[in-house]
Parts: sequence; structure tokens; C-alpha cells
Amino acid sequence: MYNTDVMNDNKNIIDSDDLISQTPSKLDNAKTVGNIHVEDPRIIAKNINVYYDNKIAINNVSIDIGKNEVLAMIGPSGCGKSTFLRCFNRMNDTIESCIVEGELYLDNENILDKKTDVVPLRAKVGMVFQKPNPFPKSVYDNVAYGPKIHGMAKNKIELDEIVIKSLEKAGLYEEVKDRLDTPGTSLSGGQQQRLCIARTIAVNPEVILMDEPCSALDPIATARIEELIYELKENFTIIIVTHSMQQAARVSQRTAYFHLGSLIEVGSTDKIFTTPQHKLTESYITGRFG
Amino acid sequence: MSITSILLIIGLFSISGYYAGLKKSLVLRENKKFHSAPIYHGALLAINSSLSSIFFIISWLIIEKNFYTDLESFRNILYIISIIIFLTVSLLTFKKIKHDFQARDNLEKIIQYFLLVCSLLAILVTIGIFLSVIFESNKFFGVISITEFLFGTHWSPQMPIREDQAGSSGAFGAVPLFAGTFLIAFISMCIAGPIGLMSAIYLSEYASKKTRSIVKPLTEILAGIPTVVYGFFAVVVVAPFIRNTGSNFGIEIASESALAAGLVMGIMIIPFVSSISDDVINSVPQNLKNGSLGVGATKSETIKKVIIPAALPGIIGGLLLAVSRAIGETMIVVMAAGMSANLTANPFEAVTTVTVQIVVLLVGDQEFDSPKTLAAFALGLVLFIITLILNYIALHVVRKYREQYE
Repeated sequence: MYNTDVMNDNKNIIDSDDLISQTPSKLDNAKTVGNIHVEDPRIIAKNINVYYDNKIAINNVSIDIGKNEVLAMIGPSGCGKSTFLRCFNRMNDTIESCIVEGELYLDNENILDKKTDVVPLRAKVGMVFQKPNPFPKSVYDNVAYGPKIHGMAKNKIELDEIVIKSLEKAGLYEEVKDRLDTPGTSLSGGQQQRLCIARTIAVNPEVILMDEPCSALDPIATARIEELIYELKENFTIIIVTHSMQQAARVSQRTAYFHLGSLIEVGSTDKIFTTPQHKLTESYITGRFG
Repeated sequence: MSITSILLIIGLFSISGYYAGLKKSLVLRENKKFHSAPIYHGALLAINSSLSSIFFIISWLIIEKNFYTDLESFRNILYIISIIIFLTVSLLTFKKIKHDFQARDNLEKIIQYFLLVCSLLAILVTIGIFLSVIFESNKFFGVISITEFLFGTHWSPQMPIREDQAGSSGAFGAVPLFAGTFLIAFISMCIAGPIGLMSAIYLSEYASKKTRSIVKPLTEILAGIPTVVYGFFAVVVVAPFIRNTGSNFGIEIASESALAAGLVMGIMIIPFVSSISDDVINSVPQNLKNGSLGVGATKSETIKKVIIPAALPGIIGGLLLAVSRAIGETMIVVMAAGMSANLTANPFEAVTTVTVQIVVLLVGDQEFDSPKTLAAFALGLVLFIITLILNYIALHVVRKYREQYE
């Protein structure tokens, strides 16, 4: 898989025009630019490879994610950022043809280990999806779903408390407090997405993964969610995949740029958007492709 | 000359007509841009002329059969006129072929009407069946009152041939028949419902692609077995087995029992339930499953708390369709359930169903004016109405469910 000759020869010469048209496997020589490490890492990803039916989707990606930081992952469609995100809660397990290799440490435990139980992992690492996906149940039952499954509440009063707190944290409580028993699907798109965030928060996660959480929402609902992300960062580590560079700039501290399955550049969001070091990052940010 | 040979001639003429139209438009196209492609001109010519002469032949035959039988001696005239019509229409259409003649639009219109007739045919046949059954039932209800038929609890369809005949007073209370029908349908749904549903859950959620590709077609083979073969199975294997098992426990079970028929019918319906439930479960969006898995629910929790509730309306619709199938099923019950019209809820006894009685009433030499045979039509009518209502509700439920996610 690795072509060592090419790797040594071209270590520092990366021609962007060439790379855009390349397939992922030819990008082996692309070395991540910027600092992948942080001082106090919460999550450490080491040499992650992901394959779909032997086709490589993520190619040797390593990155640290700090405590209470928002990491934005950007890149053109099909660059593997969502696939990479789904490694953090082993959601890729649900796809039969998907194989994940490498090491991914959360609190010093390799979560990619076969022995890791995904049920507590997914409670610890919550996920918000691209399309709001409330269950066809009441608003209350949507939020209470996780706590009930994990037996987090001893009685109805405790459960009520968890539900209300989660809705408050998601900034939705005021809007729905009078109609907790109406179906979650009857809310507006933005409210539905905040309901899904409340559902995720309700099981006390430590990390929240967001897969383009605003792509199905209008600008006002988007602004609401972005504010929410800003508030949530106090208590959670957040990894967000987004197609909107403005959004990445607004909500994140660090940004990672993916291209054709490789992590091209990582750095503080300010630096990535003002002085990108890699040619590919620069052309993506300036809108030359993507 | 016969009708067959004249039709053959018309067919041959049509082929030559097609080539004539094709040729003319091909030649004319050399000089001027044509509205329609040459094949449309040829096809229109052939279809136009053959349809009009066939239409003439059919109308002639209908008139001859129903109104003027003497016309039969003028058959030769029919043949000649139909050929003349063919040639005239061909010539007229042939003359019309010009650069701006809209042959394509004309042809498409003809095809459209043809398709319309095809779809109306199914509806008309259904209406025809319904009317004929109503007509015959009406005669029956002229002799036996409708309340006696619907609410009477005694069924013994005999009619005295002579006034003074002994022991042959008839009774036409259909309640035991419907009770038997629903008892057997209930037993079969107790088998088919849970097993079908669970196999659907396994196939759609747990089975690997490879297992699914083997198991699913195999279950569907069950649906292709002729019901008479199921009947053998019920009589030869299941009924004796049930009787022997019963006698081991000191329970007396008739050799023809509702249980045996219901069990086998349940097996027959399994693929029906499982394939509809499988479709419905598969159409629950992956998104919802992800949402549940994403908060740390296990697969079985996701199935129980999210997938099944979301798919429930569709599953119920599928079950209702299966029930109407079970109610209308004939062959298994004829062979395995018995003939005696007992009003009982005991599955170990022999019962009879509506379909069985229809068969019994109509088999053999029968006169179609005695209440005995007419009763079959009344039974058929009620059965038809019940399954119609069930199907309507089921389809309605399934469609409403589909709209929810699309």
C-alpha cells in the first residue's frame, strides 16, 4: 500500500493540482501539516484507516482532541470527514462492509478494541445527525428515551428532572414546556434538531459528535444551534463536521481540513482561515473547489 | 371461409399496410421535414385499418348472436364488407401521409385508449361478479329471510323435494359457518402472526446479506405451494399427529378438527405476513435507528422501542390482509376441517366454514332455483363483503403509514 520511494522523494513537495485529481490511495505521501497534538488531549486518534469493501475511505489519520474544545472538520464532499466522525462512537459498526483500523483512545481506553462495549461508549459519546431524527413519540419520550434505557432515573420525578434539564440545556424548554406530550415530529426543523441535541445530552455524554447538524436548517435555526454549541462547549468536548466554513470559523477553536480521506491540515481555527499553510487548504477556503 | 381465415387475411394485409405507409413516408421525407418518424405512419395505417374492420366483424357477430340469427347465412357478405372497410380505411390513412400529418400523436392516442380499456376491464369484471352474486342472493333472500340467514344458529341446507317428505326441513342460519371461519382464521393468525413477524425482524435486522439472500426466497417458496398440497399435509400428517397427542393426554380430538386446519393454514400464511412486515420494517428510516443506537441503545432495544412502534401501522395492515386471505381460503378447510356445522369455540372439534359450505352446496348435479344452491351465493356475497372491507382497511392503513415517511 505504501510506496516508500515516492514517500522519501516527495516528502515536502505537494502539488495541489495533482492531488485534487488523485484517488485516496495515491495520497499516502500527504503528511498532515500543522500540529496534530494538543497539550491536554481528551481523545487521541492514531493511524486510523477506514475501508469500505476494500476501498480506502480514511487514510492514516492521526489527531488529538483537547478537553472542552470544539473541533471542526471541514473538506469537500466525500473526503471522509463523516466516516472519520463515526469512528468516535463506533457507528461504523452498523455498516457491514466497513472496516476500521488503528487506535482511538478516549480516557486511555482504546475504543476501537473489539472488547470495548459500544453501549456505554455511545452513552459517553453522543451523536447529533445531519437530518433531525426525532422518534415518532412525544417530546418527553424522545428525551426520556436514553435515560430510561440506561436506567438513569429511579422514579418519575427524577426522570422529569432529567428531561427538563436536558431540554433547558438544549435551549428548547421554554418553547415546548406546554406541549411535552405532542409528537416530536410535529416541531419545526430547528426545534427538532434541538430536541435531538436534548436527547443526546440526556444520557450525560462527555463528547458530542455533530454530523452537519445545521445542513437541513434555515439560517435562524442555524444561528440558534451555533449559539447552543458555544454554550455546550463549557461542559462537553464537541467534534463537528460542517460544510459551512463560516460555521466552522464561528463555533470552533481548532479546525481540521480533510481531502480525499487524508487529514491535510490541522490548526487553530484563526490560523487555518487566515494563513493556511497547505495549498489544498488554501484553495478550499478561498473557494477554488469543494 | 371462416372467421379465423378472415382474421388471418386482415393480419397479412396489416403487415403490408405497415410497409406501404413506411415506404411512402420514407420517400416523402427525402424532400421535406416530417412531423412523425416513418414507423409511426406505417403503424398507424396498419392499426387504423385492422381495428376498424375487426370492430365491424365483432359488432356483426354480436348482432347476429343476439338479435337476428338469420344473418348467419350472409356470412360471406360480412367477409367482403370487412375487407372493403379495411382497404378503404387504409387508403384514407395512406392519403393522409404528409410532412405535417401527426401520425405519432394519433397513434399514441389510440394506444392510450387501448390501455384505458385494459384497466377498465379489471374493474368491470369485479363489478360483474358482484352484480351476479347480488342477483342470485336476492333470489335466495326471497325464500329465506335475511335475518334468519344472518342470525340463525342452525345450518342444515336441505329442501324437501315433495311436500310430504320426512325429516328434510331446511335451516339456513349462517352463524355456525361464520363462527367456524373466524375460529380457523384466528388459529391460523395465532401461528402466522408471531412467526411471520419474528422471521421478518430476523431477516431485516439481524440476518447478514448472505443469509437473507438464502432464507428469504426459501420462505417465499411456502407461498407457492398449491393449497391442495397443504390440505394433504393437514389430513395425512397434522390431523393424526394432533389426535394422537391429544389421546396421550386423555383429550378426545376429532380426526377433522379446527386446530389441524388452522395450524396448516397458519403455516401457509407465514410468508405472506413475513414478507409484508419485512418490507415495512425495512422502510423505517436508517436515520431513526441511528438516533436510537446513538444514545447507546442496544439493537434489541432499538427494535422493540423504535422500529416496531414506527412500523406498527404497516404491520397491522399486513396482518389484516393475511386475515382476509385466511377467511377466503378453501381447499385446506375442505380437506381438514370437516363438514359438520357445529357452533363451538373448541378447536378440537370439527367445524365447517363458509367456503367449505359453498363448495358442498354447489358440487354435483344441482338445480339453480332451490334455496339450497342459492344459499351458496348468499354466503359468497357476505364473504365477499367481509374481505372487501378488511382489504380496504388494510390498504388504507398501509398507505397512510407509507405517507408518513415519504
